[in-house]
Amino acid sequence: MGRKLLTENINVPGIQSLSVYRHQGGYETLKKAVGMTSEAIVEEVKKSGLRGRGGAGFPTGLKWSFLAKPEGVPRHLVCNADESEPGTFKDRYMMERIPHLLIEGMIIGSFALGANSSYIYIRGEMMYVLHILQRAIDEAYEAGFLGKNILGSGFDFDLYVHCGAGAYICGEETALIESLEGKRGNPRIKPPFPAIKGLWERPTVVNNVESIMAVVPIIKMGGDEYAKIGIGKSTGTKLISACGHINKPGVYEIEMGIPVEEFIYSDEYCGGIRNGKELKAVVAGGSSVPVLPKSLILNLANGEPRLMSYESLSEGGFATGTMLGSGGFILMDEDTSIVKNLWTFTRFYHHESCGQCSPCREGTGWMEKLLHKILDGHGTLSDVDLLWEIQSKIEGKTICPLGDAAAWPVASAIRHFRHEFEEYVTNPQNIKKDHHYYRVNNISPEFA
Amino acid sequence: MPKVTIDGHSIEVPDGTTILQAARMIGGDIVPPAMCYYSTLKTSGGYCRTCIVKVTKGSEKDPRPMPKPVASCRTTVMDGMEVQNTMAPDLQEARKGVVEFLLINHPLDCPICDQAGECHLQDLSYQHGLAKSRYEFKRREFEKIDIGDKIKLHMSRCILCYRCVKVADQVCDSRSHGVINRGDVAEISTYIEKALDSEFSGNVIDVCPVGALTDRTFRFKSRVWFTKPVDAHRNCTKCSGKTVLWMSGDDVLRVSARKDKYGEVEDWICNDCRFEKKSARDWTIEGPRHIDRKSVISANHYEKKKSLKIDVSNQSKIEERAHNPK
Repeated sequence: MGRKLLTENINVPGIQSLSVYRHQGGYETLKKAVGMTSEAIVEEVKKSGLRGRGGAGFPTGLKWSFLAKPEGVPRHLVCNADESEPGTFKDRYMMERIPHLLIEGMIIGSFALGANSSYIYIRGEMMYVLHILQRAIDEAYEAGFLGKNILGSGFDFDLYVHCGAGAYICGEETALIESLEGKRGNPRIKPPFPAIKGLWERPTVVNNVESIMAVVPIIKMGGDEYAKIGIGKSTGTKLISACGHINKPGVYEIEMGIPVEEFIYSDEYCGGIRNGKELKAVVAGGSSVPVLPKSLILNLANGEPRLMSYESLSEGGFATGTMLGSGGFILMDEDTSIVKNLWTFTRFYHHESCGQCSPCREGTGWMEKLLHKILDGHGTLSDVDLLWEIQSKIEGKTICPLGDAAAWPVASAIRHFRHEFEEYVTNPQNIKKDHHYYRVNNISPEFA
Repeated sequence: MPKVTIDGHSIEVPDGTTILQAARMIGGDIVPPAMCYYSTLKTSGGYCRTCIVKVTKGSEKDPRPMPKPVASCRTTVMDGMEVQNTMAPDLQEARKGVVEFLLINHPLDCPICDQAGECHLQDLSYQHGLAKSRYEFKRREFEKIDIGDKIKLHMSRCILCYRCVKVADQVCDSRSHGVINRGDVAEISTYIEKALDSEFSGNVIDVCPVGALTDRTFRFKSRVWFTKPVDAHRNCTKCSGKTVLWMSGDDVLRVSARKDKYGEVEDWICNDCRFEKKSARDWTIEGPRHIDRKSVISANHYEKKKSLKIDVSNQSKIEERAHNPK
């Protein structure tokens, strides 16, 4: 059993409420934190080696230390709860079950950064989670954890939860800031970075829900202790949301560095591929990261076992590796059609492109149409080459990472599964046969 | 003053200058094309990605190259920065890709488009485009909309450069113009097609790099290269009154603002000057307008008629020489 830092008390009945949360030791860390200086808190987070859990894996402590602190200008901490990456559902699960952990993390984080008002930006589709959070915030105000002079420390702090309108692009930090300001959610052109000019032109830090929650155990146990968990530069625990053709889909908290094979096949986690099928491919970190075939996800190119860590998953670059991303594990069994799966992803990016810069606006739609053509059985071999070329012309040319996110799945699918695309274009008469069927739900045949 | 090197040409520029501005100071072929950047409009640029350049050396302090191509119109220069534009074949390839993306949903209706001849997208595709489109699906289409009685919005031709949005924001007094929807169905719109109602709304026509916003008083009157551009001015209480008249005989077919060689307006003009004063009597004519652009508009140029005569005499000399070889 790995250590559980965030999900330790998740199954305690009533943990959503303040009284039960406090009974389990909640808000004790806050008491410790307000006794520390803000620099000391940032130092602890730095020592912990915590890396951003939203996808990019940028060290959180470093991000906090970059925050500009001009005199007389308010600063803000913004929690990015706009979790909309296909395959990722860890933040929603946590906010739904244990909202006070996020609020405690927000107070500690804001105290460390000197932010007197902070925001939780939540995805529009998760309205019910907003109500859960709002109730928790109200409770925290009543108990004096929010508001004026928190716990007698002289620190005033207001926390707001704001609901987006349901756009994937608002998970990009500058688009999120624009949306929070009440504007159209278009990513800003960087520089200036949010740490210098963010929300209302003020220095702002945007962190993922899980990163902010992880601050609580870090302060509780100390940065050094936290850094002992995990492997190399991937410290601590990580929430992985596993879905797809596995026996036990769900959110798992793992210690960084366990083998991928153990995660997929052990009964503690995914419990193997359902119906006794073979694993075919894995998308390791939410739909944006490259897909890998079974041989490459279980082992590195040199045959060593691949581990669940930022470094090990990206070992070998994009030629033979992938990324940990936001930890959305999508597992596909031998019956899955990679081409159809790719079409689903590409359709998503086409729908979610903000339309600001041309490569992404035009390229995502083009790729979707080409994939649709191939799925319909009208594709040619040159379409596969064209698809490759389009993705290479989107990647790295756009304002925000959505262009890359749309290009990488296409690139990796063609790189590792080109034979399948060729099968589609050379033998279109086979497409409708059951070898290529696609299951949309997760129901086993005996229940279906 | 930071020193920047673009394609081997070095220049010292003031702090805060962007790579594109520095390139324009050097001038010539190394200037990256720009479809959405407009020097007089704040926060414009960065959207179309045609001006991307490769930064091979970040600065003197941090000589690492930048990992991705950057938008030259929004990236400020650092001391010792080295930039490649025409020198980098991979960048030219990338720019070709951007141009292709801009063109896949463009209707390519140049034969019936009023902008043809002075269209920046046309010039761009001559320079960087493919001869044939690889896009085989239905192109995006929108209904044509009248924005007020003077301006026509032809959204199918739009490349979403946001210049008109910035004009509506910064030049006009009230904001009634913006972008609705997202992704490849995003479109420029006014509040429920409400007329763009401002003294300076006509400037959106001048800033539009393509034929998406056209002058309804000029639509289908003439091809631009058949008209004679002349500089003219009048005493206007609202604007500078300095304009270009596009004439045919004694008729003023169109009035526009004066533009530099990058297609940027020198002085915003008001709607009175643009739409109402359509008689030569309203204006003091200064003389032929020099148009310094690599575009069809410069090809059959009124101003050139003087030199045309010289050409003719040269031609006869050449012919003479051909007939009577020594």
